[in-house]
Amino acid sequence: MLRSGACARSACSRSLHEERTKDLEFFFQYLVAGITYGTIYAIVAIGFNIIYNATGIINFAQGEFVMLGGMTAVTLHRFMPLPAAILGAVVLTTIVGAIIEIAFIRWLRRPSVLRMIVITIALSILIRETALHIWGESVRSLPYFTGSSMTSFQWGGVYVSPQILWVIGIGVFVVAALGAFFNLTMLGRQMRACSANRDAARLCGINAGNMVTLSFMISAAIGALGGCIICPITYVQYDSGTPLAIKGFTVAILGGLGNSTAAVGAGMILGILESFSIWVLPAAYKEVIAISILLLILFVRPSGIFGSAEAARLKDF
Amino acid sequence: MVRRYSAVFAFALFLVAIQLATLFAGAGYYLTQLTMTAYYSLLTIGLCMLIGYAGQISLGHAGFFAIGGYVSAFLTTCDLTPHKGSALVSLLSKSGVLVFRPGLYGGTLLTVHPWPACVVAILLTVVIAYLVGGPVLKLRGHYLAMATLGFGIIILRIVLGTESLGAADGISDVPGFPLFPGLAISGDSSLRVSNYYMAWGLVILGMVFLLNLVHSRVGRALAAVHGAEDAASAVGIPTARYKLHTFVLSAVFASLAGVLLTHYNGGIGPSEASVMKSVRYVAIVAAGGMANLWGALMMSLVLNYLSLRGYFGTFDDAVFGIILLLIMLFAPDGLLRRHILADLGRMFSRNAAGEEGS
Amino acid sequence: MREPASPVSIGSHDYERKEEKMRKYIGVVLGALIASLISGAFARAAEPIRIGAIFAVTGPASFLGAPEAKTLEMLVAETNRKGGVLGRKIDLIIKDSGASPEKAVSFAKQLIEEDKVFAIIGPSTSGETMKIKGIAEQGKTILLSCAAAEEIVNPVAKWVFKTPQKDSDAVIKIFQEMKRMKISRIGVLSGNDGFGNAGKGQIEKLAPQYGITIAANEVYDAKASDLTAEVTKIKAADVQAIINWSVVPAQAIVIKNARQIGIKVPIFQSHGFGNIKYVQAAGAAAEGVMFPAGRLLVADVLPKSNPQRELLIRYKKNYMSFCSGEECSTFGGHAYDAYTILLKAIGQAKSTDKEAVRTAIEHLKGFVGTGGIFNFSPTDHNGLNVDAFEMLTVKNGKFALLKK
Repeated sequence: MLRSGACARSACSRSLHEERTKDLEFFFQYLVAGITYGTIYAIVAIGFNIIYNATGIINFAQGEFVMLGGMTAVTLHRFMPLPAAILGAVVLTTIVGAIIEIAFIRWLRRPSVLRMIVITIALSILIRETALHIWGESVRSLPYFTGSSMTSFQWGGVYVSPQILWVIGIGVFVVAALGAFFNLTMLGRQMRACSANRDAARLCGINAGNMVTLSFMISAAIGALGGCIICPITYVQYDSGTPLAIKGFTVAILGGLGNSTAAVGAGMILGILESFSIWVLPAAYKEVIAISILLLILFVRPSGIFGSAEAARLKDF
Repeated sequence: MVRRYSAVFAFALFLVAIQLATLFAGAGYYLTQLTMTAYYSLLTIGLCMLIGYAGQISLGHAGFFAIGGYVSAFLTTCDLTPHKGSALVSLLSKSGVLVFRPGLYGGTLLTVHPWPACVVAILLTVVIAYLVGGPVLKLRGHYLAMATLGFGIIILRIVLGTESLGAADGISDVPGFPLFPGLAISGDSSLRVSNYYMAWGLVILGMVFLLNLVHSRVGRALAAVHGAEDAASAVGIPTARYKLHTFVLSAVFASLAGVLLTHYNGGIGPSEASVMKSVRYVAIVAAGGMANLWGALMMSLVLNYLSLRGYFGTFDDAVFGIILLLIMLFAPDGLLRRHILADLGRMFSRNAAGEEGS
Repeated sequence: MREPASPVSIGSHDYERKEEKMRKYIGVVLGALIASLISGAFARAAEPIRIGAIFAVTGPASFLGAPEAKTLEMLVAETNRKGGVLGRKIDLIIKDSGASPEKAVSFAKQLIEEDKVFAIIGPSTSGETMKIKGIAEQGKTILLSCAAAEEIVNPVAKWVFKTPQKDSDAVIKIFQEMKRMKISRIGVLSGNDGFGNAGKGQIEKLAPQYGITIAANEVYDAKASDLTAEVTKIKAADVQAIINWSVVPAQAIVIKNARQIGIKVPIFQSHGFGNIKYVQAAGAAAEGVMFPAGRLLVADVLPKSNPQRELLIRYKKNYMSFCSGEECSTFGGHAYDAYTILLKAIGQAKSTDKEAVRTAIEHLKGFVGTGGIFNFSPTDHNGLNVDAFEMLTVKNGKFALLKK
């Protein structure tokens, strides 16, 4: 890209060209960062949507599933190789999700939305405190799946860590797998029937209660997987679940509650907006962006960008 | 009506008895945590009004507490001596809004007098509550919950990220609040007894106000709104307006509590605006019985007192989480109801009758 | 009990026997009296010395408070095993404030007025310390803070001391190294907590003195999960070095992200990096990072002549066995120093009179601690200067001295 020139004018235009190239590089670097954030948020949001679709509940404990996945994987990794540890973490967290549903949610009679919100908040607190007393307060990390914390691919002037490719790749896989599950398998179609109209589904012989448990299990599994794949990039600590949950449901609402494909899009939007906000705002206020977007959407269009107002009103537990 | 006030009178006697007991036991130091509890209780009864009687959940009430506390802390510690020359500053200091007071480490500071600072804090809270409450209260269910949660988090972020508000360290060296000539709200250990009575006196005033409100036309309208909003609106009750006014009222209670506790503690930190604090307040209101002012007050007294004395050790947050979970699972209408045992029995026997799933 | 013999008795033999009995009886009574007096004196002397501690054991500052609390428990157990101080055992009361200033205020008042503690160690964060500075002064109780802010000891308050090193000294150490490396244009990233703020302020203040210009200055959230955007902004400023000033775990993410987007310039950290877990979290990216720190982290490689060496090695070993294999960090060292300083002062004052011990602390010179060599004075309630720091680096995933 650089060519030595003798003429002053060409040198001037060369430096302008350089600057523009640099700007473009940084633009793409911010974009990649935004897509990375976005995928993480989308994974959490999908977890929210699955439970919401099956039950009409917003599960505030979703972030804790992510945290549990990471923590468990780190502990298991001490005894087994990384892929086995991740699998084990996902399985264990899925079991925890099932236990939570069976112990706390299953036997509730027509609970009000308010009651469910508060219950899931209380559950998230308890899971967090239990994690604190099991694992202590120190931060833990998984090793990078491929390479190390230094390696990165370079495309043009943009650097991408291989872990980011894992995050995006697994994110795509999760969305595709869920799509296939809900559209092509019997179980998935049963779950969709339940979320569309529970009583009618029951009349068809579908066990609605088990569908709810299954939804919790799937959400927990997705959350745990998400936790494992982002753990190398960041770190996991007993309270790293809550901030993710907040971003996650911002994205879920942004895309329209219950719409997982929209969640991916919304996740990208939020991630990119947050990333580029650094350009204009001090980084300390980056969190405010997500919350402001949340409030804006709630005030202006609670059904989300891609959602429909009617469908939003039809949901109940 | 006599019954309503007799409870207040009994409670006041109870408070006096506690103070006398500590006097005779020579254990006046218990009054410190009791006084702090009083201010948190002021917030709690306001929140109870909103959640229990108006039926609107707020997961961001710590935000209003923080607004009150931070505004008054900022105004009473921001030294305006460098601007002594300006016309506005000299006008304000002549009118008594600004005062010279000795700094903690010598020298004099020119700061806002606590009274106008408190008024500004409350006014700002009212404005913000109206601005936020308008759109927020149009939402229902989990959207409302998340909007209030979002509000609380924004306040937390602003407070954490702004240097002039002390960022993560908060604001310290806040002077005492001269409530009456000769009586000041301050953490001075020699003023323990007077502070105790001032704090609980305010709570009792608040209780009386709210009890009157509950038993008035407004209170009945709120009960209607809570019970069946559409029906209430069909009967002609301006539901949106009442919800908004209740929201602002509870915000004012929270803000006032924030102002006074900040003066009592001599400072405030961003932890007062945290999500956990908001959840705690909801837990206490829920534990007391959503629509039960006395229940909320009693629960606040017990739980906040124990928490402030470090009774729960490292399990502080866990305790509130467990309380919240148990109350919501087994007694969603609150703990302090007469028929609680009968309800529990009925609930479990219904389960045993074998209905499937949810 | 036998009845005392009457003083009047018949017959000299009887009289003698009775006198003997009397003497025996008096002897027994006197002996019992003396014994009870002595044991009473011991009982009074055996009254324990109450020390209070306010730490953020859980919550957002738990990486500070938890090691501090464990260190203190370990030390008190050791002291009591050896018989205590001045013949009295130590009674330790630890309160978990969760980094909440209002809890710190409540606990401080409780410890001073109710538990009537002799001294308070902690709190872990500067925000909490500033709130209870006045309470300690009013209650005339020694406060040995484990928080880093300058304003804790500046202006000096009679009863308030702090054990962590000065931020300004850490910054000076970094700038001295930069001058050696001929760096003049830097980017600064700081965490949005009190420690980060304080450091940022010191960096901005001292940079002109060392001829250093700050080309980019960003504050990031302590709870952030990815900081690529922030470090990209720093990269855009084309700097020769980066200072990453933070005490929270997110500082590890900064290092990772910086190296991943191809930043090759040297990265300097603050003394808040003094925890091997941060190095592990940053992985291979932490290689070559430079930071000023107390010598605790490189105790093994210190020259034998170093006065701190033995103390540090012993602390490392004891902490590891007390905490089942967990490695110690410099944060726990602050509590270690606070406690040992207190004990030394009690020994020197030979009493537990608060005023006497306070004065003893103020006159402590050449005290060897984990953070450095303390030299207190009535105007210096911190006692450490730039020599408390050593420039360290990370080599092969472990802390090492930076070779010049």
